[in-house]
Amino acid sequence: MLSGRHLIQPDDLTVSEIEEICSLAEQIIVDPKSFQDVCRGKILATLFFEPSTRTRLSFEAAMLRLGGSVEGFSDADNTSSVKGETLADTIRVVSSYADVIAMRTPKEGAALLASKYSACPIINAGDGGHYHPTQTLTDLVTIRQLLGGLENHTVGFCGDLKFGRTVHSLAEALRNFKGNKFIFISPKELSVPDYLITNVLEPAGVKYEIVESLDEVINQLDILYMTRVQKERFFNEQDYIRLKDSYILDSEKMKNAKKNMIVLHPLPRVNEITPEVDEDPRAAYFKQVKYGMYARMALIAKLTGSI
Amino acid sequence: MLNVNTIKNGLVIDHIRAGSGWKIYQWLGLDKSPFTSCLIQNVPSEKQGKKDIIKIDNIINVDYSVLGFIDPDICVNVIENEKIVRKINMELPSKVSGVFNCKNPRCITQTEHYVKPNFILADKKKGIYKCEYCDTLYLAGSENK
Repeated sequence: MLSGRHLIQPDDLTVSEIEEICSLAEQIIVDPKSFQDVCRGKILATLFFEPSTRTRLSFEAAMLRLGGSVEGFSDADNTSSVKGETLADTIRVVSSYADVIAMRTPKEGAALLASKYSACPIINAGDGGHYHPTQTLTDLVTIRQLLGGLENHTVGFCGDLKFGRTVHSLAEALRNFKGNKFIFISPKELSVPDYLITNVLEPAGVKYEIVESLDEVINQLDILYMTRVQKERFFNEQDYIRLKDSYILDSEKMKNAKKNMIVLHPLPRVNEITPEVDEDPRAAYFKQVKYGMYARMALIAKLTGSI
Repeated sequence: MLNVNTIKNGLVIDHIRAGSGWKIYQWLGLDKSPFTSCLIQNVPSEKQGKKDIIKIDNIINVDYSVLGFIDPDICVNVIENEKIVRKINMELPSKVSGVFNCKNPRCITQTEHYVKPNFILADKKKGIYKCEYCDTLYLAGSENK
């Protein structure tokens, strides 16, 4: 039963609930008209304490396509938080108006804290370098659509794996599906955090490798998940400049990849995938954007009890 | 060798990692207590090389779970009529609250000060805890290293 629940981290959903949401998203993809009124009369509040136009618009488009309405802010500077209001109070107030809240913040654990004070479901739309579960649902819907299922894939995660929350969330979700293997490709400074290995992957008995070269492993991959080295996650600019161009995917590298491999990216990209790769049929990151909206439609419909 | 009188009824907190004694002494509020207590630092120890010991001439209530998190090697001797009547070895608690703050500068507990930081036992074998909010990992006892 998903109605009334919060979604803070991928683990909040069981494997069957993930499949339930993915299946609904797939039904919406096939016949969007049948779902255009299921949230009529309901309000989504988008509380974006840090800017993320893409994610916010995806949530808002999702609610609007379900027939609901949206309210919210896209910058904490225009809110009472700058006057010193606590997050708890903000959430108490907004959840009095809305039927569901999507919130994004630079603070890790903020969505969990919000869920303790909210009268309506909280959807974590990203909390710092921590979790981004709806990006995960986006990725899962995309993988199901393009590869036919979520099992038995070799998944390469490339780029910023230290701060790249989408990587952490997707790895956490995919470990629950049998036969998946992970290859983490990054410079040492940006390698996956210890907790992901010790708390998430090893207890689940998932096979994984940590390597520094994309060239060496690209031929093994069914899915290549590229990430951007994000400036806002660094404390100093020198480290950012030194590492930002570490891993760039180009047509030359794609020559060694499997014919049916898919390239995913949470976007926005900077230069980690060269524009020539966009023409490659294996580049799936723009399809992923659209699937993301359908995934969010399915999630909102379920959490608000509209379906 | 330093001699400290035996206590009649009270607690002896033994096998404290050398250097951690003062923090535990403060955490127990002994620096402000009205009864007799002492902290002995850098006591030679076969097992640990050096250790700290706290003697308290009073039976006080101690949250052993928190003490276990601060230093899992500690042993508490309960003294009655100048004799050890019980030895209490520490166990790692499943949850620790209010002992220390999360050190991750991005953790929500750094800015929302009304929130009590909670740390959940994530790996009993390795003594690893994680912040309930941001998942930052901590090793039991490492707060005093």
